[in-house]
Amino acid sequence: MNLGIFFEEVPDGDGTWIDLLLSGLGWTLSTAALAWILAFVLGSIVGVARTTDKTWMVRIGNAYVELFRNIPLIVQFFVWYFVIPGLIPAVKVWVTTLDPTQHQFVTAVVCLGFFTSSRIAEQVRSGIQSLSRGQRNAGYALGLTQLQTYRYVLLPMAYRIIIPPLTSEVMNLIKNTAVAYSIGLVELFFRTREMGEMTFRYFEAFAAATLIYVVIAMTANRVMAFIERRVAVPGYIAGGK
Amino acid sequence: MGELDFDVIARTWPYLLGGLQYTLQLTVVAAIGGTIFGTLLAMARLSHFKPLAMFASGYVNLMRSIPLLLVIFWFYFLVPVVLQAITGSERPIQLGADRSAYITFIMFEAAYFCEIMRAGIQSISKGQVNAAYALGLTYRQSMQLVILPQAFRNMLPILLTQTIVLFQDVSLVSLLNVTDFVGASVKIAQRDSRVVEMYLFVAIIYFALCFTLSTLVKHLQKRIAIIR
Repeated sequence: MNLGIFFEEVPDGDGTWIDLLLSGLGWTLSTAALAWILAFVLGSIVGVARTTDKTWMVRIGNAYVELFRNIPLIVQFFVWYFVIPGLIPAVKVWVTTLDPTQHQFVTAVVCLGFFTSSRIAEQVRSGIQSLSRGQRNAGYALGLTQLQTYRYVLLPMAYRIIIPPLTSEVMNLIKNTAVAYSIGLVELFFRTREMGEMTFRYFEAFAAATLIYVVIAMTANRVMAFIERRVAVPGYIAGGK
Repeated sequence: MGELDFDVIARTWPYLLGGLQYTLQLTVVAAIGGTIFGTLLAMARLSHFKPLAMFASGYVNLMRSIPLLLVIFWFYFLVPVVLQAITGSERPIQLGADRSAYITFIMFEAAYFCEIMRAGIQSISKGQVNAAYALGLTYRQSMQLVILPQAFRNMLPILLTQTIVLFQDVSLVSLLNVTDFVGASVKIAQRDSRVVEMYLFVAIIYFALCFTLSTLVKHLQKRIAIIR
């Protein structure tokens, strides 16, 4: 084990190996952040659709969740990266205007966004269904429309209840970003392998990546625990004193 | 992009089937091995002997906080070195990525199955444990005859769901150039430049298999649920 390797210059590149790993970390985190926004919006819409009284909306929502849950992530990456541009000419034209890095980044964000949204949809649905029926009825009795009932009554409660499972989804998302290596996105895992292959210091490279992922997991855990405490609903599970 | 040619699948079907067979084999072996080691880990985590409990929870937390892809590559490089140390041979024993994957997935899944089994063991009421000890059973007997059978039954649907997730996760070994189902399709897609057809086909097969299996698990869950 020789830690000096991290401060050696990367051949034909600027900066040291540690710089390279950290730039990979930057790609990992920005991909995860954008994918999370996409996943949260889509997941909330689908999750809500599955709790409405419209049968067709529930069916579409269920089909959506099943579709993204039953195909391995790496295959989904291949579908977004190769199949979609291959089948839809308009996408193909657009993709050719991007440089490869942009194409990989957009694909990774969209793919992880949709994949994670199906999991969030499941959490949002169970969060809403865990609320007592009285909450929805109270909303209607006050003269709120269905949309308003969701916006002001059901969702503010449901989101706070599902924070713990959402925490593990955030961490899953960050871990899943490593699969973007399969389409060549230069995220942390890609850089780790690159360092291993070019220096033959696999052990040091993998140990560094492991350490970084563990630190991310611990940080995400703390941040979400903090948010959980701040928005806890008094009288609910861990909420209030 | 020329016309789609799904004939490529018919032509290469035996090869793809071989890949699918490897995927299924690896899934079954890892699920069984993972359940055994996972149960042992769960018992270790719940042990009153502090160092053992700390080791087990450290292992589980570490495995769960790093990406599976990293775990796969770790084991790929470590297994030959560890085997060398165990057998005392002169150079690292090369198992090949396809065989080291068995060890990887057993060890990785053990961490996830451990958490399921821990919840299963903790779901058994304290009275059962006390009753077992009151009957004069030893720790081993009470685990084997009273607690674990019930824990398994309660957790069976979750264990099976985790196995379906495992079945999907196995596809990541294709990045080590292993010919599992995805690996086989990648090789054909590149050789015959039939990327669109191959990946679409793989996605459909996975969907059909996993959807059928998860529907079966849902039915099973309804059937074996104990009414309390």
